[in-house]
Amino acid sequence: MELITGRPIAPGVAAGPIHILRQDTPRPDSGSCPTTPQRELDRFHLACRQAAEELAGMESAAQTQAGQTGTDLLHIHAMLLEDPDFLETSEELIRNGATAQEGVMEAGQRFADAFSAMDDPYLQARAADITGLAQHVSDRITGRRDAPLPAVPVLLAAESLSPAQLLGWGRERLLGLVLTHCAPSSHTAILARAMELPTVQVSALEKHWQGRQAVLDGTAGQLRLDPDAALLSQVQTFEDNTQEARQPSQFPAVTSDGRKVALLANIGHPEEAGRALARGAEGIGLFRSEFLFLDRDCCPTEEEQFLLYRQVVQAMEGRRVVIRTLDAGADKPLPYLDLPREENPALGRRGIRLSLTRPGLFRPQLRAILRAAAFGPVSLMFPMVSALDEVIRGKALLEECRRELEAEGVPMGPVEVGIMIETPAAALIAGELAREVSFFSIGTNDLTQYALAADRQEAAAYDPHHPAVLTLIGMAVEAAHRHGCRVALCGELGADLEMTEQLLRLGVDELSASPSALPGLRRHIRELDLR
Amino acid sequence: MKEFSYTITNSVGIHARPAALLVETVRRLSSSVTIRKGDQTAAANRMMALMLLGVAQGDQITVTLEGPEEEQDAVLLENFFRANL
Repeated sequence: MELITGRPIAPGVAAGPIHILRQDTPRPDSGSCPTTPQRELDRFHLACRQAAEELAGMESAAQTQAGQTGTDLLHIHAMLLEDPDFLETSEELIRNGATAQEGVMEAGQRFADAFSAMDDPYLQARAADITGLAQHVSDRITGRRDAPLPAVPVLLAAESLSPAQLLGWGRERLLGLVLTHCAPSSHTAILARAMELPTVQVSALEKHWQGRQAVLDGTAGQLRLDPDAALLSQVQTFEDNTQEARQPSQFPAVTSDGRKVALLANIGHPEEAGRALARGAEGIGLFRSEFLFLDRDCCPTEEEQFLLYRQVVQAMEGRRVVIRTLDAGADKPLPYLDLPREENPALGRRGIRLSLTRPGLFRPQLRAILRAAAFGPVSLMFPMVSALDEVIRGKALLEECRRELEAEGVPMGPVEVGIMIETPAAALIAGELAREVSFFSIGTNDLTQYALAADRQEAAAYDPHHPAVLTLIGMAVEAAHRHGCRVALCGELGADLEMTEQLLRLGVDELSASPSALPGLRRHIRELDLR
Repeated sequence: MKEFSYTITNSVGIHARPAALLVETVRRLSSSVTIRKGDQTAAANRMMALMLLGVAQGDQITVTLEGPEEEQDAVLLENFFRANL
């Protein structure tokens, strides 16, 4: 197996053949009569109309495949296409002797350069949108088209892709994307996440990848060529890529002996909420808030956080949303926090430890969560708890924020408080912790690492099925239930079908997994008999 | 001529989605509208120019309207800013 490490753009895992996108350019018609600026202007205007019609024709595809996010993006592109400055600059260049194609590409380049020169990384990301748009019009002029994709779904590799290209092919033709140019905040990245299309950015494409089997891991940002049978079967279990699996289930997750299991989704970006709902999620069991804090120069404001949390709460239409407070530390460094270097980041100031020492970071997040709760049921959970005192202090700070908002007359709603059980210490004092909170959520990845003193690179020792891990889970569940506290499980073990029966027998009440794992998990639970 | 100032509260400023909304709102008005930030000005019916002003949270902008219905258009536009920006 050959491993290519890139940057994660859209989460999820997919396996299949790699296909490198090719374009067919018809040979220019050399015998045609000399062109005039007026003729070129006409060609330019016709191409703009054709491009606009194409975008308009994709509206229903955008709605079905990517929900509101899809239609919004399409709308923005249609408006940019009729932007007077873009049109006038192209026309001016054409009047001065450029061909229609040269004119539109040059105008696109000028505006892309202007956006690239902006200070704001969000606006910089718009440069790629403008270039894509100019290319779209240019292709209508030259007749250049993407060569047809193979009949079977592929892992599509290309330098860059526009939202219109993605929607044009549709989700069912694609397994995942490998791109050399794709910023995490580009419209293509946002759309890929909304379409639940695993995507990785790599530094270069290699010709010899064409047609080879690969496994793409959009969560870790990795591509593995020529995967062995063991990895493929793992992917198959983890990620059921059949059409059937993508259909929302009419049937709840109930075992054949009648035990109801709540199935919720783990998401890392607001756009994923729509797909979670489409896969039958009964709520969001883990909304990782880290994405809001990464790839930027300063801490996100309360308002910014509030708008994104509210987006998820509203998208889930009355279903519960569990927001995990910031889980950062020296292992996921945020440049603007100026954290001291640690010898051993996994055992350093992470999660709730960091949040409690940085009220300037923590309070805006707590206030934003309280405010989002005015729009639907919201729970929050603290990560990396290892002592009772951390929970008490976290709750006290939440209460202070609540009183502040009340005094300010800002609308808010009730927020249920829970904690992650991911240190052995938390499992061992679960009884004391359970008195303070309404639910536990077991993070099996970290719990395994800390219980076995082995990180994931130490594959021989890192074993989530280890009896020590299961004993800790059992202890936490038992203590929780004694105090009327619910237990969810949101680590990778939740999507591991080999373990579902055992986890349910231990008493886990809820499972939360990536949206794509939910249909398979639901089917599996319905076949179980726990009697 | 009618003029008002507004301080942006939206966390990401005038980014693509609000810019698209603003352009659509302005197109429905009969007044011609310009937005000024510092010494830079953009017509409010030009989406790229609006985004290229780089208006961020906390920036103060001046909105200028001109036309026979500028009074009522200004009220509409101020409401739009308060709701979206």
